[in-house]
Amino acid sequence: MFSPAVLYILLLVGGPFFLAIFYAFSDARIGNAEMHFVGLENFRSILQSPSFRVAIRNSFIFTICSQIVVIVGANILAISLEKTFRGRGIIRFLILLPWVAPIALGAIGWKWILDSIYSVITWVLVAIHIYKPFSAPMWLGEPRLAIASVLLVHSWRLMPFSTVILLAGRTAIPKDIPEAAAVDGAGFWRTQLQIVIPMMRPIISVAVLFGLIFTFTDMTVVYILTAGGPFDSTQTLPSLAFALGIQGSDLAAGAAISLFLVPLLVIIAYFMLRVAHRAEVN
Amino acid sequence: MAPGISRRIWGKLVHVLVLATFTILLAFPFYWMLITSFKQNLDLYTMENNPFIFNARPTLDHLKFLFTETRFVRWLGNTAFVGVIVVAITLLLAVPAAYSLARLSGRWGERLGIGIFLTYLVPPTLLFIPLSRVVAYLGLQDSLWALILVYPTFTVPFSIWLLMGFFKSIPKELEDAAMVDGLTRFGAFIKLVIPISVSGILTVVIFTFTLVTQEFVYALTFISSESNQMIGTGIPIFLVRGDVYYWGALMAACLIASLPIAFMYNLFLDRFIAGFTVGAVK
Repeated sequence: MFSPAVLYILLLVGGPFFLAIFYAFSDARIGNAEMHFVGLENFRSILQSPSFRVAIRNSFIFTICSQIVVIVGANILAISLEKTFRGRGIIRFLILLPWVAPIALGAIGWKWILDSIYSVITWVLVAIHIYKPFSAPMWLGEPRLAIASVLLVHSWRLMPFSTVILLAGRTAIPKDIPEAAAVDGAGFWRTQLQIVIPMMRPIISVAVLFGLIFTFTDMTVVYILTAGGPFDSTQTLPSLAFALGIQGSDLAAGAAISLFLVPLLVIIAYFMLRVAHRAEVN
Repeated sequence: MAPGISRRIWGKLVHVLVLATFTILLAFPFYWMLITSFKQNLDLYTMENNPFIFNARPTLDHLKFLFTETRFVRWLGNTAFVGVIVVAITLLLAVPAAYSLARLSGRWGERLGIGIFLTYLVPPTLLFIPLSRVVAYLGLQDSLWALILVYPTFTVPFSIWLLMGFFKSIPKELEDAAMVDGLTRFGAFIKLVIPISVSGILTVVIFTFTLVTQEFVYALTFISSESNQMIGTGIPIFLVRGDVYYWGALMAACLIASLPIAFMYNLFLDRFIAGFTVGAVK
């Protein structure tokens, strides 16, 4: 009874995956029916292009930095949400919004917050006299600030997800263990750092692994906030693949670029399997 | 006595502060959407105005514009249409697959299940280039049916995974008893297993629907005309005319589209989390 599902997945996930590999070694273009094998030509020209180097660097910067912010923030937030208190349901709903709302819409909200003229952040900075009127930087218009903005939005989006996963991990820890530690004289932070967080290692790795995948393969945030600009400075692997492969009609180049996502995906899948395997053994 | 009390008060204060800070940071963009939706343009686009308050009377103009002069309602309809059909396809493929994998004896069921789960990690940004050719080949460019064909690639794997956990918790003896009473395995599945699993199936329905509303890459790649957009692409791309952003209407659209999805997601949160934790939380 699982064959229809398996067949569907083979056809529409497996098939396109091999088609992507096939394209990457060809000169396929949109609107051109002919296609030739060109060997490693696409990879050679990609590796030489400066915008590709920026894209691969950005992909790693966005992914790693935002995950560091997320995992620190999510641990703190999970600790403060663990005990029940009045209004917890509402707080949880509000905290979850960035994750559950469509990311394209959340990102548009940020685009307005970071607007070049009417940004509320700029208004506050002018109001407290950090900048004079009209002298504040354009958040999405300067490469460094644009990179920081994309990083901010990625962290904002994934923090709720990691928080609820870690929260699930916390509630699964038997209550008597941290209590015993407290009786033995361990303070709050010592209990957290030396007992609870090590016990949560598998669940923290699950949160991080998903977070890495979701950020590394995302193109929505960059596409909406900056469309890769200014001057391709915020381009990532997926957004560059879209810009070249779809908007630029160069299917071969786009496919070759997106294949650079695969090594990291394989590594993450390997670690995911290890977590699943351990859970099965225990 | 006194130091103990002051320590508790300090702890409480820190707790409130941490929660308040995170909640404000995470929910702020949605508050910003709300206040922007009801501000007059004159108020929005005057730099000296304090953006946190209404400097002029609130207005419903943006909502009126959104509902009468844009295709917003049409996009909501498109999203609901695609969502409902994808949910139906997902259930048809995932329920039987999950059930048979859950009942497959030995380790193979588990392994196949994990294998299917791993296909959930294959991102749209890896497949959108070859799939755009598949869609073109099938003559489905700029058709909602292209999305209906492709969306199950990410809804089916995760749904199988969620349902497998659910079906496993139903004791096999129940079915055996029903089969002794003269039902076939299929009969036992329809008359016994499905009714007990209603809440699991409902979880899949909600999860699939939210995934459809959140998708961006495929909708951006396959759909070109304004009237065929989904909310995730229509709002950020077609509510911008040239370089003019209708921020009031844009923010209203984001909020209106996000909130129902957020409410639905919240109702089933714990079950989704159970799926994401890959068995690392028992």
